[in-house]
This record gives sequence, structure tokens and C-alpha cells, in this order.
Amino acid sequence: MKVPAPLVRLWHRLGSPRWFFETTAPWLPWLLGFGVVLLGAGAFWGLALAPADYLQGNSFRIIYVHVPAAILAQSCYMLMGTCGVVLLVWRMKLADMVLEAAAPIGASFTALALVTGAVWGKPTWGTWWAWDARVTSMLILLFLYLGIIGLRQALARPEAAGRACAILAIVGLVNIPIIKYSVDWWLTLHQPSTFKLTEKPAMPPSMWIPLLLSVLGFYALFIWSVLQSTRVVVLERERRTAWVQNFAAEQGSKA
Amino acid sequence: MKIPGLFWGQFRRDGALALRQPGELANPLAFFVLVITLFPLGVSPESAVLAPLAAGVLWIAALLSTLLGLEGLFRRDRDEGTLEQLVLHGEPLVLAVLARLLVHWLGTGLPLTLLAPVLGAMLALPEEARWPVTAGLALGTPILVLLGGVGAALTVSLRSGGVLLALLVLPLFIPVLILGVSVAELAVAGLPTAPVLAWLGAGAALALVTAPFAIAGALSIAVETG
Amino acid sequence: MNFESFSAFLAMGGHGPYVWSCYGLTLAVLLFNGLAPGRRQRRFLREQRARQRRQEQPQEQA
Repeated sequence: MKVPAPLVRLWHRLGSPRWFFETTAPWLPWLLGFGVVLLGAGAFWGLALAPADYLQGNSFRIIYVHVPAAILAQSCYMLMGTCGVVLLVWRMKLADMVLEAAAPIGASFTALALVTGAVWGKPTWGTWWAWDARVTSMLILLFLYLGIIGLRQALARPEAAGRACAILAIVGLVNIPIIKYSVDWWLTLHQPSTFKLTEKPAMPPSMWIPLLLSVLGFYALFIWSVLQSTRVVVLERERRTAWVQNFAAEQGSKA
Repeated sequence: MKIPGLFWGQFRRDGALALRQPGELANPLAFFVLVITLFPLGVSPESAVLAPLAAGVLWIAALLSTLLGLEGLFRRDRDEGTLEQLVLHGEPLVLAVLARLLVHWLGTGLPLTLLAPVLGAMLALPEEARWPVTAGLALGTPILVLLGGVGAALTVSLRSGGVLLALLVLPLFIPVLILGVSVAELAVAGLPTAPVLAWLGAGAALALVTAPFAIAGALSIAVETG
Repeated sequence: MNFESFSAFLAMGGHGPYVWSCYGLTLAVLLFNGLAPGRRQRRFLREQRARQRRQEQPQEQA
């Protein structure tokens, strides 16, 4: 199989943190702009224009922040697992930096999904917490994130921490489907599936289009945050190189 | 030396070392029995209350006592420098890891499984669930040791890695816990338990062929980066 | 527009506190994730410049 030449070139360039730092700088305002516009439109549409749900009333409008947060929580872990593979197989430094930058952001989205789910549960189920399959899987995902963050903080040397976190992220990625299926199966064994938070037979377009918009907006803002955070990690890890020292001096003379 | 020779050589060395310190082997077991003693005292001594909880209590106690034994899995090798030799020796590290895990399981998981029928009786575990739960523990505790070994290897260079180790491995233990406890529920309901036991067996096989490589990788990171 | 007045919009048919607290929390999380790297970068640059000045000084005296 032949890999197209531009992809090969991109792959080699990704080996250079400096190239990454300089290339991504102009992307940031665009990502922020797309994110704010998409999420703003989705949220406004969802809050003010979409019709109320015939069963849940207006509390269903939480869906427009809850579901994107949950989707991002899972996407972020997949990103981290992928970075783990890239780091261990190709020893690409940048993968480790993304892995470090993404972990707290993924954890924050997971926690957000849990909290908004609990707040949504109160008017819908009449309780803040129910051992629903999705809620339980999300809680376990939060523990997986906390494990990776904890391991990185505990290991002092960045190189050791990076590779150890990569192994843990891969082990977690392999286990996530297993955890998810076992939890699903376990809870269907125990309760008939009356608690379904997001599965609706058919959502009218006036309800799902804003959801799509806010999911896309969340993605843009997530990429924006991870890029920014990765850029800082690049600076910190490469602080002994000439280009970072020049960059710091330039920023200093501007300020 | 051939591969089986390497494995058994390491197995004999580790086994002899473990037998020299029987206290270390006995501690997790004593902990297992102790946790199980606490439950009737903390919840209720009545068998009607205990019976539905029994399998869950047995499994959670098994999870925790496995966790307790994990910290020492590679610690002494690291402190004495034998870990460095193992990693740098050029012998397949995976074999040494497998031998160590087998010794560890024989010292903790196996006796724990053998004790389960007795402790199950003390917890009023329904009779029809006794042997299925024991079979579940026999298949599930190797998974716990294998997955736990990954956490132990990742935290081997930490002075006080205990709490972090728990955070790393307990979420990974959850599927085993779920399958293990459901065996008891199915048995009490008179349903076949073989499919779930087969899943546990499949999990053990999967962990057996993947986890040693992750452990070996984590150990070499710990050695290479000091 | 699905609501008759602005106050009805705020009340969300009695579900106002639930809906608005979720949106508020989301905003807080997104803002924090977006702004924290900037703060960390400014702190890094400040420390980095201090480090670089310390490295330069002995050379000037020599």
C-alpha cells in the first residue's frame, strides 16, 4: 500500500514540535470563532426555538450541552489512546505532548457530562442519580482519566511519565468497550430499560439540527483548548532550544 | 536455553523466594477473611439479609485483597536491582513476567478461590451458587492478577504508589466483578451459568496473551528511565 | 420563538434552575479549558525570561 506523498510529509513534520507550534498559531482564532458561532447557534436554537419535549417539557433542553459533553469525553479518550500508540510505536514526542494536554480537558468534559446528567435526572427521573448504564460507564471513564492524570503527576521524569501514560491509555482504550458492554448487560439484567435519557424514537429536525450544531461547536472548542494546551506543553518541554528562547525574548520585548 | 526452560527456571526461583516469606503470602488472605468477617457485623448477621449480598461481598473482598498483594509484585526486584538485570539480560522479559504472575496467583488467587466455598457458607451464600461462584473466582482471579500487574509495573518506581495503584486498576476490574457476581444471580435464578463462565474464561485468555506484554513494556520504561 | 415572553423563557416552564445551571456550568468549563492554557503560557514565558536573564548575566560580567 502506498501512502500519498503529502501525508508522508505531514507525518515527518509532526515529528517537529516547533513546526507544530508555528503552524497551529493561526488556526486558534478560527477554531474559537467556529466554536462560538456553532455552539451559540445550537444553544440559542435549542433553548429558545426548539419545541418543548412532549414528555420532559423544557428540561430536555439540557440535551444540547449534555450530549456534546458526553461525546467529547469519549472522543478525547480515543484521541489519547491513539496518541499512546503513536508514541510507543514511532516515539513521536508530539503525541506525548497531546496526551498530556488532552487528559485534564477530557476529564473536565466527563465530569460536565456527569453533572449535567444528574441535574437533568432530577426533573426527569425524580432523582439525582440512577445507576443507568450510560451514567455508570461515564463515571468509570472519569476514573480512567483521573488514573492517567494521577500517573503523570506521580512520575517525575517527563519521558517515563509519557510512555507509562501511553501504556495506560492503550490499556484503557482496549477496556472501554469491555466495560461498556458489561455494564450495559449488567443493568439490563437488573432493570427494564425504562430509563433512557437520549434515545428517542425519532427527533424532529427542529430538535436534532441544534444538537448537531452544538456537537460541532463543542468539537471546535475542544480542538481549540487542546491545541492551546499542547502549545504550552511544547514550550515547556523545549525550553532549552534556541527557538523557544528566541520566542520568549520576542514576547518579552513586545510586552 | 529453550523457552520452557527459561520459564520454569524463573518460576522455581520466584517460587522459592515466595515460600521463604510465607507471611507476605498470608497477609492478603488474612485480609480477605477479615473483610468478609466485617460484613455480617456491619450489615446484619441474618442469613436472609446476607444471602443476596454474599457473592458481591466475596468478589469485592477478592478484588481488594488482590489489590493489596499487587504493590509488592515487582517492588523487591526493583529495590534489589534484579529488575534491571531481568530487563537488560536479553532474556524474553515476558516469560519472566508470566512466571512471576503465576507464582503470585498460586500464592493469592488460588487459596482465595479455595477458601471461597467455606466463606460463602459463612455469608449464607445460596447453595446452588456455591460452586458456580468458586468457578468464577478460579477464572476471574487470574484476570485480576494480570490486569493488576500492569498497574503494579507502571507504579513500580513510586515510593508510595498504593492509592494511585488502586485508582489505576480498580476501574479495569469492574467487568470481572460484574461477570463474577452475575454468575451467582443466574445460579440462584436457576439459569445456566456456563455462558458467563465462558466469558470469564475468554477474558482470562485475552488478558493472558496481552497483559504480560504491557507489563514487560512498563517495567522496561521504569528501568530505562531510572 | 417557542416562548411567549422573556420571563417565560427564563422560567422554562418550571425547569429554569435545572436548565440554566447546566448551561452555566458548561460555559464555565469551556471558559476554563480555553483560558487556562493562556495563563500557563504567560507564567511560563515570565519564568523563561527570568531564567534566560540569569544565564546571560555571568557572561556579561566576565
